[in-house]
Formats: sequence, C-alpha cells, structure tokens
Amino acid sequence: MASVSYVSATRVYAKDTPPALDGLDLDIADGEFMVLVGPSGSGKTTALRMLAGLEPLDGGRVEIGGRDVSGVPPKDRDIAMVFQNYALYPQKTVAENMAFALKMQKVHKADRDRRVREAARLLDLDEGLLGRKPKQLSGGQRQRVAMGRAIVREPKVFLMDEPLSNLDAKLRVQTRSQIAELQRRLGITTVYVTHDQVEAMTMGNRVAVLSQGHLQQCATPRELYDNPVNQFVAGFIGSPAMNLRTVPLADGGVRLANQVMPLPPAVRAAARQAGLSELVIGIRPEHMHLISGLAAPGDGAGLNGSEQMTGEVVLVEELGADALLHVRLPEGGTPVVARAEGRKPPAPGQQVTLQVQTDDVFAFHPATGARLAA
Amino acid sequence: MTALPVRPGARMLRQWSGKIGWAVLAWVVAVAFFIPVLWMVITAFKPESAAETWPPKFIFSPTLAEFRLAVTGMGPFLLHSVVATVGSTILVLLLGVPAAYALSVYPVRRWRDGLFFFISTKMLPIVAAIGPLYVIALHTRLLDSIWLLIILYTAMNLPLAVWMIRSFMLEVPQELLEAARLDGAGRFREIGAVILPLISPGLVSTALICVIFAWNELFLAINLTVTNAATLPMFLISSVPQEGLFIAHLCAAATIASVPVIIVGWIAQRSLVRGLSMGAIK
Repeated sequence: MASVSYVSATRVYAKDTPPALDGLDLDIADGEFMVLVGPSGSGKTTALRMLAGLEPLDGGRVEIGGRDVSGVPPKDRDIAMVFQNYALYPQKTVAENMAFALKMQKVHKADRDRRVREAARLLDLDEGLLGRKPKQLSGGQRQRVAMGRAIVREPKVFLMDEPLSNLDAKLRVQTRSQIAELQRRLGITTVYVTHDQVEAMTMGNRVAVLSQGHLQQCATPRELYDNPVNQFVAGFIGSPAMNLRTVPLADGGVRLANQVMPLPPAVRAAARQAGLSELVIGIRPEHMHLISGLAAPGDGAGLNGSEQMTGEVVLVEELGADALLHVRLPEGGTPVVARAEGRKPPAPGQQVTLQVQTDDVFAFHPATGARLAA
Repeated sequence: MTALPVRPGARMLRQWSGKIGWAVLAWVVAVAFFIPVLWMVITAFKPESAAETWPPKFIFSPTLAEFRLAVTGMGPFLLHSVVATVGSTILVLLLGVPAAYALSVYPVRRWRDGLFFFISTKMLPIVAAIGPLYVIALHTRLLDSIWLLIILYTAMNLPLAVWMIRSFMLEVPQELLEAARLDGAGRFREIGAVILPLISPGLVSTALICVIFAWNELFLAINLTVTNAATLPMFLISSVPQEGLFIAHLCAAATIASVPVIIVGWIAQRSLVRGLSMGAIK
C-alpha cells in the first residue's frame, strides 16, 4: 500500500500536437479510491498508463510511496492493473492466470494455490472455474478473473482501466458496488479510469475530472456536484446534464425567459469586473421544479429566493420514477431539461411553469468557462 | 426507376452456372497439377519394361521391385537431407523468433529497413551468389560439409520465417503483453510464457514451410556438395536415366523423396493456408 503522486506529469505523443496530458499535479492518499474521469482524449488513460510504466513521461514525474518511479519498468513497480478487455492469457487456466504474477515473484506453489483460492472466494468465483480457460467463461466471470489476478498479488496500487465497460448494464451496476466494497475491505490505493460520470460519482472517494489533458477539478463527488469550479465540470457531472445557456446581463441579474432572474451581488460584481455583457448560467434539471401544468400569471417572481418561468413542453422522456421534460422557453434556443415526477407528467405541447431557487443557479464566464464568484 | 423483373428461376440458374464455372476451372487446374504426380506414382509401381511405352499402359502387374532397388543406394542421401532440413529449421526458429520480436513487439530503430533487407535477400538470383559462396566455402573448408548446407538453408529460409513469425506476433494483443509486463515478466518470460504459446500454430506452419523448402532444395546442394553432404534431390538427379531406360527407377526414388513433403503438407494444410494468408487480410 502506498500513496501516489503526479508531479507536473506531461505526455506529448507527437510534435506540434497539444500534449495528451499537460502538467498533471495530483496526490492520491494511501488507501484512497481515486477515479479519473473525462471524455475520450482527456488524458485519463494516459495518466493511468504513466503510473503503470506503460507510457513514458515527457516531463514531470510519478511517485509511488514517495519514491520517484518515472524510470522504473512496469515489472518492478509492484502494481496490478485490470484492463478494459481483461487481457487474460488465453492459453492459461483461470488459476494459472491468477497465479502468474506470484510465479514471477517466485512464491511457493502451495502458497500460490492458497492465495488464488482465497481471491476466488473473495470474488465469488466458483472453484470449479479455476481449471477452465478464459474462452470458456462468461463476460462477467472474465471480469472477475481479471480482478482476481490483480488482488492475489496484494500490490501497492490497483490500476483499473474502464473495467466495467464490456459488461451489460445490470451487471455493471452490480459489479460497480462490489469493486468499491472490495477496495474498502482491502484498503489498497486504487486509481480507476472511466468515462462514465455515474461510475465516478458512485465509486470514488475523490474524483479527478480531466479534459483535454488538463486536470479540471479534483474533489469528493458531493463537492463536484455542489461546487463545480468551471463550466466543463458542471456540465460533465450530473445526469441528465446541467442546463447551460448563454444569457445577456440585465439590471440585478440576467435576462431569461422574458424576465430578469436575479443573481447574487457577488456574481454580478464579478461579471462587471470582467466587463461582461453576457454570461453562462447553469441550472440542474433536478433544480427546475414543475409548479403546475398551467401557465402561471404574473411577472414570474415566485416565493422568496425563487424564480418562475413558463415554457412549452416539446418532449417528455419517461424514466419510470421520473420524467424528463424538455421545455422550450419563450426566447427559443435549445429546450431546457427539467426533472419531474414520473406519475403524471405534462404532455408535449402543454404550457408549464418551472420554479428555480436562485441559489441553485450557477454562473460561468462565457469565454473561459470559470465559475463566477463561487 | 423500376427494377427489372427477374424470374427467380433465371437468377438461380445464373448463380448456379457461375458457381459451376469456377468449380470446373478449379478442378481442371488441380487435375493438371496432379496428373504428373499421379503418373510418377503409377510408374513407380511398374516394372521397367512397362514404364516407357506409348500409349501408356494402365493395366500392368504392380511391383515393388523398383522401390527396393531405389532404396538400396538412398541411405546416406536420406540422412543428409534429414540432418540439413531439421538442423536448418531449428536454427531458423531459434534465430527467427527473436528477430521477429525485435521487428514487431519492440520495434528497433529503422525496423522497416531491417524488414526490407530480409526480403531483399530473396530478390537476388541465387545463381549470382553461387560463385562467391563456393569460394567462401572452399576457404572455410566447409565444401561438401553438412554444416554448410545447414547454414545456407538457414539463411535461405530465415527471411520468409521472420516475415511470417512477425505477422503472427503482430496479432498478439498489446494488452496481453502489457499485462505480462505488469505481472513482473521480463522480455524472455514475455516471449516464452505469453507470446510463444499464442503463436505456436503459426510457428508450426512456419517450421513446416522451412522443412519443405529445405527438403526440396537442389541448386546449392548440387554445386557445393559431392558425397559427404549430398542430399536426396541429388540422389534423384543421379537416377535420371541417360538413355531413357530407368524411368520406373527414377519414379520410385522420386516418390519416396516426395512422401515426407506430402505428409508434412497434409498435416499442415490448414495452418499453412492461415499462415500464408496472415497479414494479407489484416
């Protein structure tokens, strides 16, 4: 077990292209479950492969347990990795697959067998499967063997590269919680790469959001959700995604749905200071509350600290427990999405009124994407 | 646009006739290649008196006399062929695997040039090299030595073997090699425990091709050996009748010489096709 540190770790794949990973600084505590999340091309896999020693560094360094391992070959780093396609040795049995690393460490045969069986039990792998070849296993079983191969070693660090992406949706949810639970039990530092923000939020102690080779924010899932530092994190974390829209500044707030939505003085001051005439506001779908199916009279000012806006439902996505309403606001543009109770959602074409607490509104710089006066 | 009405019967007929056309062509070509072999085998069983007649006799009393006769002088030639073939094939694999590894899994600098150099050696007509080879063999006292044939057959087969093994190695998923590295395997373990078991069918077909080529080689053997290392094809040459009197004898010897190749080809046919077409479809 060990801590992991990236110190301005940089990787450039080809000259004249932007770095795949640009000066990553990240400290991962001993025993922590750290998730690296981001869209494809964000550099998350590069970061993981650097830690594994499969990718050289073009700048900076990587440390495991306080030791600079930048030049250390993968086999001497004492780390185990679960690959996206599992990478099980096809000609070896399950037991041989799991014991291979131990064999390399010259662990005694009896000891190897014991540890393999222990790992199999931990993963609910039937003993009868140990003699089979990977080809004879289901996808879920292969995934567990890949996990088993990593845990028998009791390495300093676990690396996982989208290990759930080849499972079907139901199994993925199940395995997700099993991995998180197993990691807590074993207490081994884990770096987990995914593009799925739900996986990131549910599994990680902390989540590092990357985009285009840059670390955007590293925080607990709750903190990412409540306090995104910029527009990218705000839009990436949360499902369905936050409604983001560029709106003109007005006296006391911004102009939205033919009315002025008040913004806190600090935000207005920041916008004024930056000399902005418009800014990006973000509201999560779950913060747009459906008041009534009818158009509400009045100027839109709701109860204290909240705002109301009216629009036309253009699409309803039924999710069972909830329904997602796509509502077109009077000024047009892309419809906003609101989460409503699934029982009796309004029908498309209907006018609805949505209420928003003004402290649930995020404001971002339209050019830089930075959060204004968080 | 309206589609032209096509009677289903007519379309089927057209498809059928197309299929039959190709089938006939394939069979004609196959039979054309097979007839000389068949003629050789049949003649081998004829007594010498019935061997060279026109029109050829199809009814005769088969005899093993010519085989018995052929085998008598064959011993040393057979031994030389086996040693040269097996020895060179083992050497080819021993040298080819690391070479292919260095040209695929861990490409060395300028690997393209290396790869091209290997295949370019096959472009030079071997006749052009025979003079220098003779002089070198003479000075290294390897003339008429089985070692010379082992070395030359290794050199002859190595380029093709490297290309083939390389294409098999390229098919090994990168993730597997990375997994092995993370599991603590060094280069040799990586090759021995992960790559070789995976490409073993390909290695077998590579080895079989090398066996066939070395077994059939005549030009180098006839120019660089006399007796101490003379191989089976040379024995066949020596059986070629000067006055056209020993056709059955020649056919019997040739049949014996072909048997190993036919057996090897039979065993390997599936992996051979796979091995030769690999890389082409990728």
